[in-house]
Amino acid sequence: MKVVKIDKSQWSQGLTKSRESYQLYGPVETDGFHSFKALAADQQPDMACVNTRLSPKAILFPQSEAIVEYSLDSNDADHHVQKSTPIDENPRAIVGIRPCDAKSVRLLNLNFDNAEYQDPYWVKVLAATTFIGLACDDPRSTCFCTSVGCGPYNEEGLDILLVDQEEAYLAKILTEKGEALVKTAGWDATADATEVFDTGKQAAEAKIVSTVSTDKLKNQDILSLHSAPFWEDVGFACLNCGTCTYTCPTCWCFDLQDEVRGKSGKRFKNWDSCMFPLFTLHTTGHNPRGTKMQRVRQRFMHKLKYFVDKYDHGIMCVGCGRCVNQCPVNIDIRAICEIMNAYEGENQEATARV
Amino acid sequence: MKNPYVPYPVRIDDIEIATEDKSLKTFKFVFLNEGDEENFSYQAGQFAELSVAGVGEIPIGIASSPVEKGFVKFTVFKAGVVTTHLHNMAVGDIMGLRGPLGNWYPWDLLQGKNILIVGGGFAFTTLRSSIKYMLDPENRSKFGTIDVVYGARTPGMLLYKDELIEWEKRDDINMHLTIDTPAEGWNYNVGFTPPVTEQKAPQGDADTYAIVCGPPVMIRFTLPVLEKLGYAHDHIIMSLENRMKCGFGMCGRCGIGKELVCKDGPVFTLDQINQTPKEY
Repeated sequence: MKVVKIDKSQWSQGLTKSRESYQLYGPVETDGFHSFKALAADQQPDMACVNTRLSPKAILFPQSEAIVEYSLDSNDADHHVQKSTPIDENPRAIVGIRPCDAKSVRLLNLNFDNAEYQDPYWVKVLAATTFIGLACDDPRSTCFCTSVGCGPYNEEGLDILLVDQEEAYLAKILTEKGEALVKTAGWDATADATEVFDTGKQAAEAKIVSTVSTDKLKNQDILSLHSAPFWEDVGFACLNCGTCTYTCPTCWCFDLQDEVRGKSGKRFKNWDSCMFPLFTLHTTGHNPRGTKMQRVRQRFMHKLKYFVDKYDHGIMCVGCGRCVNQCPVNIDIRAICEIMNAYEGENQEATARV
Repeated sequence: MKNPYVPYPVRIDDIEIATEDKSLKTFKFVFLNEGDEENFSYQAGQFAELSVAGVGEIPIGIASSPVEKGFVKFTVFKAGVVTTHLHNMAVGDIMGLRGPLGNWYPWDLLQGKNILIVGGGFAFTTLRSSIKYMLDPENRSKFGTIDVVYGARTPGMLLYKDELIEWEKRDDINMHLTIDTPAEGWNYNVGFTPPVTEQKAPQGDADTYAIVCGPPVMIRFTLPVLEKLGYAHDHIIMSLENRMKCGFGMCGRCGIGKELVCKDGPVFTLDQINQTPKEY
């Protein structure tokens, strides 16, 4: 595998060159929080940021995105005919994405690009995006990526993996897209440094002490888990605020809503959340998940059981720890995963507590 | 790449009041663009998103039948924002149709079998599509006996009444129409759908399948009747409803366990439904 050494003195220079061909995105701090933003011409990604408050999923799956547009003006020949909203397919690169967030893109892809249907707003933007990851040598205490099929040096979903070496970045080129980007940036000093990646990986993984057990989830019975007695306890403190679903890099649920101004309008795909009663409310007033407990159960059953059964791709979680950090009532997916994994059916003593 | 969010443009060709209380109307659509009717090729039991620019979309079962050409029909109950808007639209108005979506009644499996159809109220739309399909001269010989139990509150609340009367006269389909309470001029059954099913429906066996579609209360009391008549759970076919947006399995809200009602359904056997959480 090819490794390129990028002296830090050449880092921003290379980024500037790459801006000629790519719109760059990276973590920047605004109002005291980090988030992934489209970088302005003179703006640098903050590579010291470990985890942004929201994941970078919004670059490929914006919180609100027009998908259909139309004229309502009867003077127009094609009024009320709904048309595809154009897609910006210009190349872009996400700089400083962490391996967990890169893996989450692969999981989201299972939903948006399948054999029967492809969401062009996802598929085309994904194809136009280059992922420049940064290995996590200093993970947070709530990171648990190593036990969910990911890791601080995980390469899945990345085109380039950077390791911070104080005076330089070592860049492992993983794909043709990655190759094209370093070429554009003019980073061409190859280095023989595979050892650095191996030792760095070992050291970083050793720092991740938080883990979850997922080994028995696959063999659990859906209906037995669904009717397990622990859900009332698990969801007791939940406010149904939806913070977990908005911060989660793997949550993909969305709503479709029309917005009209004057004589023209668009239909938008907006993030939605299984935590909200409106998500499933029927017009009749009937709501299949009308209680808080049912909605909390849906979130965890989807991530930790339905997804596991449907895709055979592990759990729908990359261990980034955002929901753990940001839940206002300290609901912890790690604890719930343990309870679900260890559940032995109705005869089990209800001793497990969150 | 096809954008699955974009509907085929259609023109409202006809609007018919479907029930005496005017809460249901049948909309007949024709496609604006050549070739779209072929692209919309569907099977009885599927649904589509009726898409109104500036208002929104609503998933509705297809009431016309694959054997009817040149148009598609939907019977819509006025209930929410989109359906209320739709009821106020006029012949000639342009809107959209996205689909066909979901699976369908298992017509391959049903070949050579006896069919019992049990319907109630305005959940008769895809059942109408199915009956029309089976009675088509090309198809009738592919099926054994066909029995239909269809109930509504009053004669005026039965959908597609002219067709029902026509089918009553045929000898290759056994119609068992019923209304809740006696009404003047009504010559058919009186009583709720479940007891009429118990009296009139054929016994269940390996070669007989029941397709059941109706309001929850009808389903609840019909299933025990079908069990009593000997229908196995994998011989009872139902169609579920849940709140939907995309209709093609991405937006996430209509899930019942790992199954999505929009894409893995809406048609499931009772056996399959019994293996999923009751979240519909």
